[in-house]
Amino acid sequence: MSSPIVKLIAQRIALGILLLLAVSVLIFAGTQILPGDVAQSILGQSATPEALANLRESLGLNEPAYVRYFRWLGGVLTGDLGTALSSGQDIASSIWPRLKNTLFLAFWAAVVSVPLAIILGLLAVRYRNGFVDKLISGLALASTSLPEFFIGYLLVFFFAVKLQWFPGISTVFDGMPFLDRIHAIVLPATALTLVVLAHMMRMTRAAILNVMQSAYIETAELKGLRAFDIIRKHAFPNAIAPIVNVVMLNLAYLVVGVVVIEVIFVYPGMGQYLVDHVTKRDVPVVQAVGLIFAAVYVTLNIIADIAAIVANPRLRHPK
Amino acid sequence: MSNELDFLSGRVVAGKLSRRDFLGRAAALGVTATFANSLLSSAAKAQSPVKGGVLKAGMQGGAATDSLDPATWSSQVPYFFGRQWGEQLVQISADGTLKPALAEEWGASDDAKVWTFKIRKGVQFHNGKEMTPADVVATMERHSDANSKSGALGIMGGIDNVKADGDTVVFSLKEANADLPFLLDDYHLMIQPNGGKDNPTEGIGTGPYKVTVTEQGVRLGGEKFANYWRDDRGFADQIEIIVINDPTARTAALQGGQVNMINRVEPKIVELIKRVPGVTIQNVAGKGHYVFIAHCNTAPFDNNDLRLALKYALDREELVQKILFGYGSVGNDTPINKAYPLFTEMEQRKFDPEKAAEHFKKSGHSGPVLLRTSDVAFPGAVDAAQLYQQSAAKCGITLEIKREPGDGYWSEVWNKQPFSASYWGGRPTQDQMYSTAYYSKADWNDTRFQREDFDKMLFAARAELDTEKRKKIYADMGQLVRDEGGVITPMFNDFIDATGPNVGGWVPDGNQEMMGGYALSKCWLNA
Repeated sequence: MSSPIVKLIAQRIALGILLLLAVSVLIFAGTQILPGDVAQSILGQSATPEALANLRESLGLNEPAYVRYFRWLGGVLTGDLGTALSSGQDIASSIWPRLKNTLFLAFWAAVVSVPLAIILGLLAVRYRNGFVDKLISGLALASTSLPEFFIGYLLVFFFAVKLQWFPGISTVFDGMPFLDRIHAIVLPATALTLVVLAHMMRMTRAAILNVMQSAYIETAELKGLRAFDIIRKHAFPNAIAPIVNVVMLNLAYLVVGVVVIEVIFVYPGMGQYLVDHVTKRDVPVVQAVGLIFAAVYVTLNIIADIAAIVANPRLRHPK
Repeated sequence: MSNELDFLSGRVVAGKLSRRDFLGRAAALGVTATFANSLLSSAAKAQSPVKGGVLKAGMQGGAATDSLDPATWSSQVPYFFGRQWGEQLVQISADGTLKPALAEEWGASDDAKVWTFKIRKGVQFHNGKEMTPADVVATMERHSDANSKSGALGIMGGIDNVKADGDTVVFSLKEANADLPFLLDDYHLMIQPNGGKDNPTEGIGTGPYKVTVTEQGVRLGGEKFANYWRDDRGFADQIEIIVINDPTARTAALQGGQVNMINRVEPKIVELIKRVPGVTIQNVAGKGHYVFIAHCNTAPFDNNDLRLALKYALDREELVQKILFGYGSVGNDTPINKAYPLFTEMEQRKFDPEKAAEHFKKSGHSGPVLLRTSDVAFPGAVDAAQLYQQSAAKCGITLEIKREPGDGYWSEVWNKQPFSASYWGGRPTQDQMYSTAYYSKADWNDTRFQREDFDKMLFAARAELDTEKRKKIYADMGQLVRDEGGVITPMFNDFIDATGPNVGGWVPDGNQEMMGGYALSKCWLNA
């Protein structure tokens, strides 16, 4: 590894940290302008003014915003996310099991969807413009065009209600045996796979096709290599940067964009947790979840950038 | 065919189908009367409680923000779970009468200002300690403390002090209240060790199930409490509540057998669910109602003719059919219906374009009237507002509909804007309903109905121990609200729950959804 790469990578990471800081300001500002009031939302429609006033006082809602921002940021940097206003629980410890569940689902959805998308993409290139290519593209685009709640309900209807192969609600909990857990998440993981598949597959196909125009591919063909070997050995490595980019984008989506799937399958992940706290105006939790989501997103994008840098031979072998 | 017969005989036992209808149906299926009768008796036998198993409910109304502290409860799931693990002094039964629970008996002084409750002996908390009158006093103190955040603070306001006296607990009231025992059924007022003052979220009560799982917003679970004091409930070994806020997922979970019962079946899918084998719709008339509320002190609604015009311009029958799909009954512009004790029937107000137009003209108001509504105001509130708009148009009244976001509706619109859609869950007694929302000084007087004569009647009825006299006063109060109040009540909604196959012991109880809140304790799983 030589210095231009290290320098570039360091730049990306520094930029990422700066971005996160900016996001933290945005998140804090955003949660301040939500309509309504925490105390009212916690106590609901049947709250008396006395109870409301008491609660507001004990929650410290009467201090200026910037004081609360810096106190919050300081806490976050030392690993203290504060306590939830609504339930009084420590946020870090109550988020962790939810985050674990979200990552678990995202991991298995990724394990299925990423290799599947790339293999399908390679196949589509191998048989480009033929029947196989059109079939793969058609199916993938169809599944991606359907709204995810519709895919979710279709899966529930056929596999949970009619055939009863898998449970329609994916409640997982601590101490659940591993295989039961996998069984419980089959449907949501399938739904997620169908949602993200097309994007990655199409991108793989496009990126490789782009490379296929190059002169060295022609050389390889003239050498008499088999079509699939050309794609695998010569085209794919040179198309990896855009592919990694789109894979990371979709991985981020699997973590931060699954609210709808979580609600449909009653999966106890971060999305539902966030929604619950938004409706209760539980600002510290909303901020914490927002920040975690932003961190996941930024981190995955940094990884994509770094992968692109590392995959670039010109940067790896400077003159 | 035999599946259908089993199902039908179950319906007879559950009181959903008459014996005569059953025999007729059985004959149509080609079964002899003798055989059909024997089926019936075996179904009735099957209704004796079966112990064991895990009984599961899939429910709307839970969130990750819930807590085990009864003082904080305002939504369905924590409250319903609480009914399984904790108990109050008294308990309202399915027929609306008050039954003893942790209090064995009670009585009032002649002026209804001092109430004495004899506390049951030998009842154990889940932590092994015996429940004492001191625990009862501490519970009442915690929920009536002025600094308390308890949802019961409002109803505790009329209590001056609570003292233990030997085996009894004595409530001294600031003003007479013939309904005090009813107030003590409030779900917040579950008796806890030292009132829950030591650790409000520890989840210790005297109920048939002790708390074993608390993943708020996901899963709540309980295990049969071995030393529970009575044997008419607590049949399953374990109970579980799975929070399923999405209606489609909830129905699918019932159909797929992941849960045994669900709450809040949407009226529009009831007919579809009924066709699913093994699933039974459990609907019961309740006290909950949907309302359009007009502020009696804000122009143009400060004019009674305008309010009357709006009342006559509403087609209640249409709303019951199109919004509730028939699972409810028409309202009569009061918060009270026949589900309440001491109810007196009044002439039903009907859609009357002529009267509406006449009162509208008399009010002198011209131009549109703005009605605010939202998805969260009540299920179907946006559609209901549009139907209202159409029926009002037939009377020459222009209703302008403003759809507000659900987020913040209860803090920004309800009880703030002069004309909006809302709902009420109902209260155990007329006094409580009127005190909560129609008394001049009530915080939630959401129609700004401020009438001295009404307040006087309210207090008189509250202090009146003679039932007939009370009934008469309530009838007069109802008439006043109906004819001069700001509440427009299109309908009372049924509670619609559903049970899966093998659930036994369900009886209609309109005090709350899910069998008055006791479904998991009182039902069982047929093997």
